[in-house]
Amino acid sequence: MSALSFVLTNFWTLLVLAFLGLVALRIVWRVRTYGATRAELRHVLRRSPFYFVVLVFCFFAAAPFLIMFLHSFKTDGDLYRRPQPFVYRQEPTLEHLDALFNNTAYLDFIRNSVLVGVAVVIITLLLSLPAAYALARLTGRWGERAGILMFLVYLVPPTLLFIPMFRIVVLLGLKDSPLSLIVVYPSFTVPFSMWLLQGFFKAVPPELEEAALVDGYNRVEAFLRVVLPLSLPGIISTVVFTFTLTLHEFIYGLVFIANTSQRTLSVGVPTELILGDVYFWQPLLAAALIIAIPVGFAYNLFLDSLVQGFTMGAVKG
Amino acid sequence: MGPLRLGNFPLDNRRLIGALFLTPALLYIVLLVGFPFALSIAFGFSDVTVGNTDLSFVGFRNFLAVWENDIFRQVFETTIRFTLISQVFILIFANILAVIFTQEFTGKWFARFIFILPWATPVSLAMIGWLWMLDTKYSPIDYLLLQMGLLGRGGLLSDNRNLYWLAAPDLAQISVIFVQVWRMTPLATVILMAGLSSIPTDILDQAEVDGSRFMRTLLQIKLPLILPIMVIALLFSMITMFGDMTVVYVLTRGGPVDYTRVLGLYSFQVGIEGGNLAQGAAISLFAFPLLLAMAIFMLRTASRAEVR
Repeated sequence: MSALSFVLTNFWTLLVLAFLGLVALRIVWRVRTYGATRAELRHVLRRSPFYFVVLVFCFFAAAPFLIMFLHSFKTDGDLYRRPQPFVYRQEPTLEHLDALFNNTAYLDFIRNSVLVGVAVVIITLLLSLPAAYALARLTGRWGERAGILMFLVYLVPPTLLFIPMFRIVVLLGLKDSPLSLIVVYPSFTVPFSMWLLQGFFKAVPPELEEAALVDGYNRVEAFLRVVLPLSLPGIISTVVFTFTLTLHEFIYGLVFIANTSQRTLSVGVPTELILGDVYFWQPLLAAALIIAIPVGFAYNLFLDSLVQGFTMGAVKG
Repeated sequence: MGPLRLGNFPLDNRRLIGALFLTPALLYIVLLVGFPFALSIAFGFSDVTVGNTDLSFVGFRNFLAVWENDIFRQVFETTIRFTLISQVFILIFANILAVIFTQEFTGKWFARFIFILPWATPVSLAMIGWLWMLDTKYSPIDYLLLQMGLLGRGGLLSDNRNLYWLAAPDLAQISVIFVQVWRMTPLATVILMAGLSSIPTDILDQAEVDGSRFMRTLLQIKLPLILPIMVIALLFSMITMFGDMTVVYVLTRGGPVDYTRVLGLYSFQVGIEGGNLAQGAAISLFAFPLLLAMAIFMLRTASRAEVR
C-alpha cells in the first residue's frame, strides 16, 4: 500500500523521470556498444521529431486509461470536492477496489464472461478448424465462394439481427441465461476465425501433407497430425482473438440477459454498477481498467500473428 | 502407388472431405444468420410486438411509418454523417501510425501496447473512461482548459467553468465522432500494417538500389501498392461504425434530444425498450441496402487487387 501510495502521489514526476531515465540508459548503452558519443547524440536529435509524434499519439490513446488508473484509488473527498483530477491531495485508498470485488456483482460478470468465452471458443474451433482447412486446401472455386460468403456474414452487424435473435432466444427458453450467448456468439466468431485460420493453413507447405499422404496417412490424418500441429501458433492467436471478440460484444448481451447476476462484463459494468443516476466512479473506472490491461497485453502479444493470418487469408491460395 | 490412392477410399477423396469439413460451419451460419435475417424481414412486414407474437402481414406499413417519421430521418442522417466524417480522420491517422509501426524503433513494443489499448478494450468499458473524461462537472479536460485560462470568467472558449461536452448539441456530436475515431483507428492501422508488410521486399530493395529516399518510396511505391487494402480498411471501419450503438448507448443515450441518436440505438430503443419489434426490425432493415452496397464495393476492390 505504501509503495502504491508513493507511486500515486508522485505519479507525474515518476513518469517523466522514468522516461528520461530510459532515454539516458539507451544513449549510454548505444555509446558503450558502438562508441561515438556525438554521432549517437546527433542520431537521437534527428530522430526526436519521430518520437515526438509517437508520444503524442500514445498520449491520446492512453489518456482515458491514465485517468482510470489515477482515479481508482481516490477518496470521495479527493475526487469530488474542488477536484484536481491529476494529483492526489489525500492519501490513496483501496476501499473502492475492495467494494468492487466484494459489494458488487463484478466477480459474477467475470465468471459469466469467462464461461461464455471458453464455451464459444470451443464451439468455434470445432466448427471452423475443419471448415478453414477445407477452404484452404480441399475445395476449389466452390469453396472460394463459400469463403467470400463467410467474410460477408462477418460484416453483418449485430444491430441488424438482434431483434429476431431476441425472439428466437425467447422461443428457445434461453432468455436471461448465458447459454443464449453461447449459442449466438459463434454466428460472428466462426466466420472471423475461419478467415484467420484459412490464412494460417495456407502458410503450411502443401508438400508436407503430400509427403504424409505418400506415407500412408489419409486426408483427415494428414490434417490432424501434420497441419494442425504446424499451425499451432496461428490457432492460439485465433483462440485469443475469438475470446476477446466475445468479451467485446455488447448488444446481444444487453438484449438477451436482464438479470444482474447472469450478465457479462461488457454489459454488466456500464449498466449494473450505475444505480439510476448514481455513478460509483472509482469502482467503475477500476472495473474497466482491470479488463483493459490484460486484453491490451494479449492483443499486442498476438498482433504480428493476426497481421500474418489476415494477410495470408487475403492471398489467393 | 499413385493411382491406388487417388480417391479410392472415401477418406482420401478431396471433394468429399472438403464438403464434410465445410458443412457444419456453413449450416450453423445459415441457421444463425440467415434464419434471423429472414425473420427480421418477416418482422418488418408484420405487426409483431413483445406482447403480440403472431405475425400478421401488414405490408409496407412499418417501413412507410418509419420513413415518414421525422426522428428517423434525423437518425439516419446523423448515422451517415458520423460515419463519413470519422472515416476521414481514421484514414489519416491510420496511415501515419501504420508507417510508424512498420519501422523499427526503441520502445516500439510498449508504444504499440499503448496505442492498441483503445481497440483492445471492450468498447463499453472504454466508454466509461470517456464518460468521466467528458463529464459535465468533473471533466479532466475542462480542468486542463480551466488551468490554461480558456474556461472560466473571461475564458476564450466559454465563461462557464465547464464546456458540457455531452450536453451541448454540437459538442456532443464532436465528442462522439472523436471517441469513434479514437477507438477505430487502431483497427484500420492494423489492416494497413498487414498491407505494408505484404509488399514484396524485392520491390523495396530495387527502389533502394535506385536511390529512392524514404518519403519517395512511401508516396510513390508503398501507398499506391496498398491502396486496395486502404479501401478494405476504410470499408471495414465504415461497416463496423455504421452498425455500432455501444458508444452512444453508454455516452449519451442519443441525447441531447436526438443529436447523437444513431440507427442501431434507435432500433434498440423502439424495438426492445419500446417493445415494438416490428418497427424496430423495419428501422434496422433500412441499414441493409447501404451495408450491402459497401460490402459489394469492398469485394470488387479486393478482387481487382488480386488480379493486379
